Amino acid sequence: MLKLENISMTVNNSNGLQREIIRDINIEFKPGKLYAITGPNGGGKTTLAKVIMGIYQHTTGHIYLNGEDISELGVTERARRGIAYAFQQPPRFKGLNVADLITIARPGIDGLGLRMKMRDVGLCPEDYLDRDMGPGLSGGEAKRIEIAQILSRDSIISIFDEPEAGVDLWTVQRLIGLIVQKYQDNPKSTAIIITHHENVLPICDEIIVLEEGVIKLRGSAVEIWPLIRDDIQCKMREQCRGEICYEL
Amino acid sequence: MNFKPVDMQLLDVISNIKSIPEGAINIRRDGEPVIRQSSPNIKIGTNADNNGLLVEINPGTRNESVHVPVIVTEAGFHDKVYNTFIVGEDADVTIIAGCGIHNDSHSDSGHDGIHEIIVKKGARMKYVEKHYGEGNGQGKRILNPTTNIILETGATAEMEMVQIKGVDDTVRITTAHIGDKANLKIMERLMTHGEQKAVSDVRLYIEGQGGSGQILSRSIGRDDSVQVFKAALVGKNECLGHVECDSIIMDQARIQSIPELIAESADAVLTHEAAIGKIAGEQLIKLMSLGMTEKDAIDTILEGFLR
Repeated sequence: MLKLENISMTVNNSNGLQREIIRDINIEFKPGKLYAITGPNGGGKTTLAKVIMGIYQHTTGHIYLNGEDISELGVTERARRGIAYAFQQPPRFKGLNVADLITIARPGIDGLGLRMKMRDVGLCPEDYLDRDMGPGLSGGEAKRIEIAQILSRDSIISIFDEPEAGVDLWTVQRLIGLIVQKYQDNPKSTAIIITHHENVLPICDEIIVLEEGVIKLRGSAVEIWPLIRDDIQCKMREQCRGEICYEL
Repeated sequence: MNFKPVDMQLLDVISNIKSIPEGAINIRRDGEPVIRQSSPNIKIGTNADNNGLLVEINPGTRNESVHVPVIVTEAGFHDKVYNTFIVGEDADVTIIAGCGIHNDSHSDSGHDGIHEIIVKKGARMKYVEKHYGEGNGQGKRILNPTTNIILETGATAEMEMVQIKGVDDTVRITTAHIGDKANLKIMERLMTHGEQKAVSDVRLYIEGQGGSGQILSRSIGRDDSVQVFKAALVGKNECLGHVECDSIIMDQARIQSIPELIAESADAVLTHEAAIGKIAGEQLIKLMSLGMTEKDAIDTILEGFLR
């Protein structure tokens, strides 16, 4: 479905030195599967997502979507061919409202569809459809609206960049449930989730660990999760034992 | 009535008139009134100096509107008019003004509208004014509106002033005096392109106790156009005032934004925000990642910004 072949991206930093952000990435994303990309900050996760969307141009290698080399295509063309990307920090728009953005994401959507998309991400359509996408929205609200746009698109490849960031814990569960339900075992689509969330990683089909721009580990959740859980799960859990501490 | 298609098109753009509406209306074309009708509650007459309108809205008039559009279609014609509007106590009305110029010639044509608006005690008024120019000639289309507004005790006014297209040169002067517990909100929307010049100078004198005033301006400067926006708040009492000017700059345009706060009372709370910047690259990328072309994304962002 989506194949990355020897993808590297180099940038020139301010003192003229070249720095490789990602190096020699080879992955084939298969339909009906849920992929998690994880790893430390600055490891190249968002860069890789933006390279797939065409926001950043990779320096070497090729990207194939259903056999077609899309390496030279721009963002618009890749979006039209079925790639979608939910931004980690969604940009704000003064003057465009929530309904405008969902309608851009899915042209022709009707009133009922708009309302359903809002309810899916736990926002009341009455309160939100007319809201301005400007700075008045909280980070969590903007994030949920961002996810609603991507869920509206029915893309072949949907990339969610830290969908849990800034969203309250109750809603995270619901959003993750939606993504799993929509993409897992759906032969027409694939979801890639960039995440550190301990509830998300174990339920993905495959986990890819990116560190310093290269794939450090890769495999099924069953194989990889036990290897990385100690780095991700709360280190104090054993001592404080979560909510049990309230009973002490 | 002898309206030509060009007249109707201008009227439609500036005041959404597709046919002559019911109720109070005055349409002025090339310096002459072509239609004038009053309603039982809104009287439209000629002022004492015989150089403009006197529009009197009876106290307590509710949910009525009055249309006073102006069109200039004669090449080289320069129109000047002095209009007075008196909104009676406790009335709640909408005034739809606006000016459209069609000029295909090589000589300049224009309209200077000098408006005085008095909103009496407890009345509410909404004022909508659209400016628009069209035509293929070299002659400039010039609009210089001057508006003086007085809000008496407890009066509320919302003024929406829009200039989107085709006006080559404009100097807009707006002055307001806001009384006790009165509230004024001014919203300006402006887009300039080509070699256009636009100057807007707004001064709000918040004189009454508990008065409030807001100036919200959004503008887009394209091509080689020049915009100057001055917004001053003078707080003379316990009051609230806020200025917000937000501009998108493109191409080789120049935009100058000058907010000014003058407090003459220790109980005046005055604030301003001003920002000028180009369209954020992230916004474009975001819309393109939803399948829009770059051009459509720019248009969508600009259209939304001025909405």
